Amino acid sequence: MNLLFKWEWLPDLGKGLTLTVELTAACISIGAVLGFLLAVARIYTRGPLYWLASAYVQFFRGTPLLVQLFMVHFGLAGLGLRLTPLLSGIIAMGLNTAAYQAEYFRGAIQAVKRGQTLAALSLGMTRWQAILYVVLPQALRLVLPAWSNELVYMLKYTSIVYLIGLPDLTGVGRTIASRNFRFFEVYAVVALIYLALVLLVTMALRGLERRIRVPGLGTAR
Amino acid sequence: MALLVVEDLHKRYGREEVLRGISLELEKGETKVIIGPSGTGKSTLLRCINRLTEPDRGRIWLDGVEVTSPRTNIYRIRSQIGFVFQDFNLFTHLTALDNVALGLIRVKRVPKREARERALRELERVGLADKADAYPAQLSGGQQQRVSIARALAMDPKLILFDEPTSALDPELIGEVLEVMIELAEGGMTMLVVTHEMGFARAVADEIIFMEHGVIVEQGPPEVLFTNPRVPRTAEFLRKITEFYGKSG
Ligand SMILES: Nc1ncnc2c1ncn2[C@@H]1O[C@H](COP(=O)(O)OP(=O)(O)OP(=O)(O)O)[C@@H](O)[C@H]1O
Ligand SMILES: [Mg+2]
Repeated sequence: MNLLFKWEWLPDLGKGLTLTVELTAACISIGAVLGFLLAVARIYTRGPLYWLASAYVQFFRGTPLLVQLFMVHFGLAGLGLRLTPLLSGIIAMGLNTAAYQAEYFRGAIQAVKRGQTLAALSLGMTRWQAILYVVLPQALRLVLPAWSNELVYMLKYTSIVYLIGLPDLTGVGRTIASRNFRFFEVYAVVALIYLALVLLVTMALRGLERRIRVPGLGTAR
Repeated sequence: MALLVVEDLHKRYGREEVLRGISLELEKGETKVIIGPSGTGKSTLLRCINRLTEPDRGRIWLDGVEVTSPRTNIYRIRSQIGFVFQDFNLFTHLTALDNVALGLIRVKRVPKREARERALRELERVGLADKADAYPAQLSGGQQQRVSIARALAMDPKLILFDEPTSALDPELIGEVLEVMIELAEGGMTMLVVTHEMGFARAVADEIIFMEHGVIVEQGPPEVLFTNPRVPRTAEFLRKITEFYGKSG
């Protein structure tokens, strides 16, 4: 067995890596905003908003991500709405991670003691102010470990977009490999790049956790 | 008109009628102490006064403004009523100083620097200026409760409600909190205090209000209630808590 590695693969892989990072950043951001709103709807509202948010979370957590991606890309195209692969990828995965992030946010918000909100209200804050200035800063600290996991998952799950023709890290790797049949070597390099990325992100988030740590909150003790 | 007027307040939770027609008044500068067995509705009464809990029936006025009117800006009213909780409820993620400053900054829109200066003065007043940078988890229960009193004071409240402010504290920490409260009462603050610390009641209460099963059984100056209560049940309850909490309180 002889292993072969060519430096000329790297520029293309680099472009793929960039797309992976951009895609992940876009999805995770959309997911964070939407997820937060879903969590708020599930905690603080009753009636239609609550049911809508709950149904949303159930649907996206109860069906495979790949099926969701195909529904957005091919399904909508079948109905006459043609999206670029990039847009389809961002939408499908953003909507998907929103459902998971909503559950993490919900858990964290509910872990903030009720007395905290009462104290905020008793000072004359509105409900939104209480959420914004008292509940959220605590919930964000509590959610960070789970949220970090979600970010790491998304970095890897974005690899499925090669199935709708997007040249992300995995997609580029597949193209190179099928050109020169060095499947093992190319995928090994791809795997190492993912690994480095994940380690980097994990370390950065650990650092952030340490920076915003407060005695008496979550892992802080 | 008295500073606080509560008129025929009713509140039920499901089938249980927790408040059954409570009326009371508090003149400016007065301190009244509410006592009564557990589950009698004392906390519910305090929370109805600033509408953290909505009463079902009855009316409340603070300084001539009807708290219970739907047209009243309840946020404004709440910012004028301090609330001190049994388990402190200091904001976990903020230092003592920021706990005291938050209401000033977010509710009263005081510029941050000014708010922090004011907050530091309030911490000095409760003897905790040196703990300004400590987080709640780094403070003893007594210190946390004093910070929470400073947090209430910083808003320049017209009235402060205390819901069993010392009952979550270790006995040796109760004194430091009561000391602050006595100073406030003597300084002319208007206070409505649920507590079973009868030493405190004797020292500063203008009246003791004895509540049971959602009604006021008897109210009057401490001297009268201790020596010559109208209702036998009052004497019985007072005897019980003085035995339990000790005379000094
Ligand atoms: N949010 C609520 N929902 C349902 N029932 C409640 C609620 N809050 C209080 N209650 C009930 O109302 C009654 C009075 O409660 P409250 O806390 O006002 O009594 P309390 O006099 O403060 O008692 P304690 O001395 O134990 O603090 C209790 O039976 C309690 O179970
Ligand atoms: Mg109570």
